Amino acid sequence: MSAAAVPGLVAVVLVTLVTLAIGTWGLRFSRTTSDFFVASRTVRPGLNASAIGGEYLSAASFLGIAGLLLVGGADMLWYPVGWTAGYLVLLVLVAAPLRRSGAYTLPDFAEARLGSRAVRAACSLLVVGIGWLYLIPQFEGAGLTLRTAIGAPEWAGPVVVGGVVLANVTSGGMRSVTFVQAFQYWLKLTAILVPVAVLLVVWWGDGRPHGTAGADGWSFPVAGDGGIGLYTTYSLIGGLFLGTMGLPHVVVRFYTNPDGRAARRTTVVVLALLGLFYLWPPVYAALGRVYAGRLVAEDRSDVLVLELPRLMLDGLGGDLLTGLVTAGAFAAFLSTSSGLAIAVSGVLTQDVTTRLVGEQRGGVAAFRLAAVVAVVIPVAAALLVRDVGVAQSVGLAFAVAASTFCPLLVLGIWWRRLTAVGALAGLAAGGLGAGGAAIATLAGYAPGGWAGALLGQPAAWTVPLAAAVMVLVSLATADREPAHARRFLVQLHTPESMSR
Amino acid sequence: MTERVRVTGPPRHTAAGRPASRLGDVHEQTALGDVYLRSLLREQLGLAVRVLGALAVTLGTLPLVFHLAPGLADADPLGIPLPWLLLGVLAHPLLLLLAWRYVRRAERIERAFADLVGNDRPGPGSEAP
Repeated sequence: MSAAAVPGLVAVVLVTLVTLAIGTWGLRFSRTTSDFFVASRTVRPGLNASAIGGEYLSAASFLGIAGLLLVGGADMLWYPVGWTAGYLVLLVLVAAPLRRSGAYTLPDFAEARLGSRAVRAACSLLVVGIGWLYLIPQFEGAGLTLRTAIGAPEWAGPVVVGGVVLANVTSGGMRSVTFVQAFQYWLKLTAILVPVAVLLVVWWGDGRPHGTAGADGWSFPVAGDGGIGLYTTYSLIGGLFLGTMGLPHVVVRFYTNPDGRAARRTTVVVLALLGLFYLWPPVYAALGRVYAGRLVAEDRSDVLVLELPRLMLDGLGGDLLTGLVTAGAFAAFLSTSSGLAIAVSGVLTQDVTTRLVGEQRGGVAAFRLAAVVAVVIPVAAALLVRDVGVAQSVGLAFAVAASTFCPLLVLGIWWRRLTAVGALAGLAAGGLGAGGAAIATLAGYAPGGWAGALLGQPAAWTVPLAAAVMVLVSLATADREPAHARRFLVQLHTPESMSR
Repeated sequence: MTERVRVTGPPRHTAAGRPASRLGDVHEQTALGDVYLRSLLREQLGLAVRVLGALAVTLGTLPLVFHLAPGLADADPLGIPLPWLLLGVLAHPLLLLLAWRYVRRAERIERAFADLVGNDRPGPGSEAP
């Protein structure tokens, strides 16, 4: 191992130790099953928003976006904008009602709303599927980061991150993870903000040169030419705007708010925190255009954030900043994978492991068993499956979430006549459409022209398809409208202050 | 630390069928309750649609605008190319502003609803004679 690896190694060890320490400290507050799942619903908006921000800013945000912007130019700006705007859509359509539904997880909500075990099972399957789809690129990105930063073998990243996540999740559940993730938001913001401030000073001192690396039309915010480019851009926007509300690790966070009003206020703070973070990856891309032409030529733009400090700054300064960005990247893997592991474990606990462990041994043992399953399987998958792009897998998870849970949540919250049969049909249509298109794309099937665009960015046709199927089948089975639908809507939309 | 309150979660299969709150008319299937609920739902949904409409008109039309007038992408006010300024910087305060206005209005609608229902028929916890 060379001297160049020292800052990265120190950063990874420090982040790991602090994460475990905060997780252990949080354990003092975790006693009941409710603590493990939803931190007993006592998390205040400020802390909760930091935790949501920490959980949401994944490897794709910390590393992926800057590289995509450097290579692809302004049309990639829709990723950070879409990831933030998704929270506005979530705020106005589902935040407060979802909290008031009183359910622990997405399958809980679906079952309570529609009174159907079949819908519950379909939702559980989707939560686990989307969660694992999102976990695999996190573990893969961890392998990439450890190799770049400290020259570790590629299997080390998934194993180390998987181990730390498992230790944290099984020891303290949601309550301890809340503290860990709040800390990790601020770590990530510091780790992206301080280096970029120093590097901007360096750039200014160099006489503010202009860069030319990257694509032609670097400032053009539409992907490609003509109708296909416009379709691709709008489909990406639709998938990102609507997909956020369907991500299992995002939704489970809303149950930790004390009430619906706090859920709304939390979301506003989240929007501020995300906006504050996403201001900076474009600056890395712009500086990379000047200083990191080599990375573009070598097709290694995804490590731009990790390598830019040393490309611009020699000696101790470059080493310190490299350590800082490595710490931020590692925190990004840890927090997002912890959140996903919690969400998947929660669903597995309720639907699988409680039966295996037995009720009398208690929910906590079942939760720990579920967490092992939730983490070990995607780690193994990340070790077996190589070279599924981080941004590609993440975009896929958004498209599937937008085509399944988004129509289910929106119709379930605002439309009394949704039936279980309609929901099942819509989930199947959206899940098979978006999932099938995504699997085809990942398997390397990429026809040209319109067919390629429709498969590569399916959200623009799968979301309306799923919603239309849900509405039409519900209308056709109107006699099976759940008897309690009206009461449930009352509970979702009336302020808690009135029901006490 | 803030004060810790032990709140155990609801059992899993209860939300179906049993009302969790006591709202008189709104919970009972009376005509008056129906009117209340419909008006609350319509107001909240209308507000949500207006906010989403504002989002569609501002951010949502940008790809179309740049598609129709590609020359705009070359403008660079403040030394930053226009698309980068709009999407990289200005989009974020816009989203925050929309969210903040939404929360204020949604809470106002809920207060008005609480006043309406509360004045019409005092809840079981009130001191009304």
